[in-house]
Amino acid sequence: MKKLLFILLVLFSFALKAEVELPTLKYLATDLTNTLSADDILRLNRILSAFEDSTSNQLVFLMISTLGDYPIEEYANQVAQKNKIGTKKNDNGILFLVVKDDHKIRIEVGYGLEGALPDATSNSIIRNEILPLFKEDNYSAGVLAGVGAIVKATVGEYKNDAPKIRKRGKSIGGWIIPFLIIIFSFLFRGRRSRGIYLGSGMALGGFGGSSGFGGFGGGSSGGGFGGFSGGGGSFGGGGASGSW
Amino acid sequence: MFQTLIKKEDTMKKSVIIGLSIGGALLLGVILIVMWSVRSYNNLVTLSEDVNKSWSLVENQYQRRMDLIPNLVNTVKGYANFEKQVLTDVTNARASASSMQVTKEVLNDPQAFQKFQQVQGQLSGALSRLLVTVENYPELKANENFLQLQAQLEGTENRISVERKKFNESVQTYNTTIKKFPTAVFAGIFNFKDKQYFQAVTGAENAPKVEF
Repeated sequence: MKKLLFILLVLFSFALKAEVELPTLKYLATDLTNTLSADDILRLNRILSAFEDSTSNQLVFLMISTLGDYPIEEYANQVAQKNKIGTKKNDNGILFLVVKDDHKIRIEVGYGLEGALPDATSNSIIRNEILPLFKEDNYSAGVLAGVGAIVKATVGEYKNDAPKIRKRGKSIGGWIIPFLIIIFSFLFRGRRSRGIYLGSGMALGGFGGSSGFGGFGGGSSGGGFGGFSGGGGSFGGGGASGSW
Repeated sequence: MFQTLIKKEDTMKKSVIIGLSIGGALLLGVILIVMWSVRSYNNLVTLSEDVNKSWSLVENQYQRRMDLIPNLVNTVKGYANFEKQVLTDVTNARASASSMQVTKEVLNDPQAFQKFQQVQGQLSGALSRLLVTVENYPELKANENFLQLQAQLEGTENRISVERKKFNESVQTYNTTIKKFPTAVFAGIFNFKDKQYFQAVTGAENAPKVEF
């Protein structure tokens, strides 16, 4: 009898899983609702990619429209596990999930970053940085503010084990990373979609070694940059949720 | 004469060959069985350790929740005429949950496991009543300290449910394996027993009613 119940329970949980679709993420920033402009997505992908290169932490942004009755906590955990965000060694992935029509947010934190980004911090980022802007329907600013705050909170917890770009300013300390990220995003602010301009932007900024910049056509897909592939990170339900 | 000798030798040779090959086949069979049993025993040990490991993660989260409660109670207590009964319930539920010694032995003992689920369930109920009551205290809801505690508590509750789910999955794998033939034979010999898992408690998932 017990066994039967258990089987039913398992079946039921599979049935629940089948209710919602778990997207396979190809980019660090994905908006399935078409709320953010192509430029915003591009910019987000750059910020997140720079963050990954300098810290090895994988912060992934996903925006979807609705989950119905499905709990956001479970969905976030499943998406994060399925896409294996973060490295296997450090479990240093974060999923920043916005469910637009349900008016819900969740920051799901991998095991390895629970120390750097405790639930209380995730909660105050949601409450104090993101929600005030979302309430005014200012999604792009809210998302950027959230990403900025998460980056600031986690910087320094892990150093990149296998840097993709040359390391700079090793001795200067942890603040160099947010600084670089800010510079990055300002430099390319006005010259988003043309490879030619990007080249000069790079020369101006003096950054070397980051390939893939020129890969943009219309800039809608974020191809080549901000590409995402999971490293095997694991999640235990850490983080916080909020709603507006 | 000579030919019969050869014939005799032939039959002897034949029987030796047959004997050797039967012996060899038996030996090979024994070796295979030993190899297979070592492998399936090791596999059972691994699965059983997986269950223990995921159990310790579940336990950690329950412990973490208990550690958060005194802080939460103290923060809430400071607010004038906050319902005393709600706080007392939480404190009592925590006391009875922490008085229970929990080891991994619990996994083999259905009664102890049920008791564990029950006391933790009561604590969950008391805590969610507390959080619902808080809705009536706007100043408390504006208190940053309280909000942070609430976030930690919610986070812990969520971790508990995630770890419980993972734990149930590992128990399921283990329980299925020890019941399957032929591993079941070894499981019987080496005393690998069914392990307990979490079951949804009726009513525990429902939001508590608060009466005033």
